[in-house]
Amino acid sequence: MRHRRTVQGFPFRLALAGLALVGTALFMVLPALGQSSETVGTRLRYQNEEGNRVPVGGASLSVSTLDGIEIGSGVTDADGAFSTPVPGPAVYAVTIDIGTLPPGIRLREPDRITVEVEVLEGRDGRAIFSLTSGAVEMVEESGGISLRRVAQLTTEGIKLGLFLGMAAIGLSLVFGTTGLVNFAHGEMVTWGMLSAYFFNYFGLAGAFGFMAGWWPPLGDGVNLILAAVLAVLIGGLTGYLMDRWIFRPLRTRGVSLIAQMVVTIGLSILARYVFLFIFGGNLRFFRDYSAQSALQIWIIEITPKDLITVVLSVLILLGVGLFLQRTQTGKAMRAVADNRDLAESSGINVQGVIRTVWIGAGALAGLGGVFIGLAEQLSWLIGFRMLLLIFAGVVLGGLGTAYGALLGCLLVGIGIQLSTLFIPVELKNIGALVVLALVLVVRPQGILGRRERFG
Amino acid sequence: MTVAAIDWGFILIQTVETSLGLEAAVYALAAVGLNIHFGYAGLLNFGQVGFVAAGAYGMGLSVTLWNLNPFLAVLVGMGFATAFALILGLPTLRLRGDYLAIVTIAAAEIIRLLARSTTLGDITRGAEGLHAFIGPFRELNPFDPGVEYGVGPFQVGGNQFFAIVLGWGVTAVALVVIWQLMRSPWGRVVKAIREDEDAARALGKNAYWYKLQALILGGVIGGLAGMVQAVGKATIQPDSFVPAYTFFFWTVLILGGVGRIWSPVVGAMVFWAMLTFFQGTLAALVNEGWIPTALMDPTQVNQIRFMLVGVGLALLMVFRPQGIFGSREEMMLDVR
Repeated sequence: MRHRRTVQGFPFRLALAGLALVGTALFMVLPALGQSSETVGTRLRYQNEEGNRVPVGGASLSVSTLDGIEIGSGVTDADGAFSTPVPGPAVYAVTIDIGTLPPGIRLREPDRITVEVEVLEGRDGRAIFSLTSGAVEMVEESGGISLRRVAQLTTEGIKLGLFLGMAAIGLSLVFGTTGLVNFAHGEMVTWGMLSAYFFNYFGLAGAFGFMAGWWPPLGDGVNLILAAVLAVLIGGLTGYLMDRWIFRPLRTRGVSLIAQMVVTIGLSILARYVFLFIFGGNLRFFRDYSAQSALQIWIIEITPKDLITVVLSVLILLGVGLFLQRTQTGKAMRAVADNRDLAESSGINVQGVIRTVWIGAGALAGLGGVFIGLAEQLSWLIGFRMLLLIFAGVVLGGLGTAYGALLGCLLVGIGIQLSTLFIPVELKNIGALVVLALVLVVRPQGILGRRERFG
Repeated sequence: MTVAAIDWGFILIQTVETSLGLEAAVYALAAVGLNIHFGYAGLLNFGQVGFVAAGAYGMGLSVTLWNLNPFLAVLVGMGFATAFALILGLPTLRLRGDYLAIVTIAAAEIIRLLARSTTLGDITRGAEGLHAFIGPFRELNPFDPGVEYGVGPFQVGGNQFFAIVLGWGVTAVALVVIWQLMRSPWGRVVKAIREDEDAARALGKNAYWYKLQALILGGVIGGLAGMVQAVGKATIQPDSFVPAYTFFFWTVLILGGVGRIWSPVVGAMVFWAMLTFFQGTLAALVNEGWIPTALMDPTQVNQIRFMLVGVGLALLMVFRPQGIFGSREEMMLDVR
């Protein structure tokens, strides 16, 4: 009966219990909308890729008469709602400040920043802005291939590739040592991102509503750097718990790899919707370092935070490489990935190696999640989207090899960004997935993979 | 906050209705396809929703774009599903099983992203989806749209009734076909490949070709599920093909019992009965004030449903992989 109790996934129950409290606290403090006899307002939302209508908070709007006299202005709340009282029935102009929209969110029709609204006696006027989440094309360059654009996109690609690679090494090592493709790996990325977010906003103990008002660092949010370290620790702990309470029991029960894969799928769906339940469908940002102006290095623009995370990822990945190459445990990992039976018979503690791999995989996925969240936005779905790109990278580099995973992800990242020279931005991820299929035709073992028996 | 009584009668009626209704039929059909893939041929298809989408869009586009008549449109839909199977199968079926899993889950998402992209907006109408295809299908409807059909408290309009009859009709035909196929030499070879590919190859069977045929057959049946859904809902929207739905089909299949003829039908009915009952109860608890809205608002009830399927799928796979009907021996598959 012990397994029956534990298979549900302790980390997720912990997440549900702890974070539900935060969610509750959040929703309780939302200010109620003021009502007056006649108002003009709007509700900013866009439809995300899951088809959910996501409110856009924090966007500035102003309301004026047609003569240009400003009557009111304000910012949308967490529900994307904004409204301001108006003197009486007339036609008003509502203008949106597109600079205050979160990155990635833009008007479907870029020219329609002002919408006219007719207010009738006793009725509220409602402006409708049609928002979309399509990525914004680079503004200053209108298409065409220039050295500047290629350099910029390559930089972006390396950045994306490094972050993907950081998450991918864990996936690949887990596969290498246990043969399991972990479809919940994307959720481990999201988990790192979201736990950093909660520490960043609510502090060490702030996740428990009653302590939110305590002095920092217990309440009131901690700096993102500390939050990221905590998120990495939590990621490692989650990896450990997943192995200890879920996959190790499954291995000892002799549950087939296919069944284990379906279990990872189940966990992934569970986690994804727990995240949605607690975090909501909104795109959010970390509290620190979210708005930075870019530095100009040669012809490349890069924000300081991106520069630092890129350098950090290179250092960390070098560290992982050194660890795998030089330390006893690292060598044991590679030995188990290479030939498990041989490793076991030469006295390597295979279960211990697998445990270490899971811990490392969780920690790296968590850190990857923080970096991705810092570079883009935070969302409950980002892990799954990244997972598909990670798969492309891992297969390209060679399933089960740590260095192959990194190389493959770098190529996928650069490929994705450079492909926007030729194809629309919204289709860029699709290109990566097409490459995935092509690689399987041409060189199924990937770039660094070893040729196995294939069909 | 006043706490009102819960209308159990309503919930029970809903439960019975959905377990016999359009959703159950669509899920049964999609799971029948998945049963061929996983149950009989041992293929790890993690993108069945892609086949469903391919079928639906194939059929919808033939009407809206090329003005084909409904019967040809259904054939085109099946053609789309076949093409999707070929694209997925040709590169991956020579490889170990998990490659197919990875490629199918990615490819299903590609279909959805392509369908909702603005680049293809003129063809697929983006996130809004296709609606105009429904006309010709409504003309085929032998039932009167204005009349309610059913028994006792279970009543549906003519159009809906047509879709339900269509869904279960197609499912019945598919079951008979598969029942006969699996008794045939073809079926025995497919099952032999599932059990031991090397042995089947040693006997001179072209495992690759048989697996490809199984992938196409199951994919086309998945495509038919998409078409039934499109006719029933009168719309084809990209976001009704999110990746998680593939695993709803998996849950249906495993619940019923993998590799058994009847299991998708029983699985779909039980799955929808449980889901509707749970969701109805939870929604009632929220709406009537038993659960404070601060803890959960009515829109979040749907999210709980996904969580439940996730937990259910994982637990089923570990503790009862043979489902209601299956035998445990048939589920001893492995990828290596």
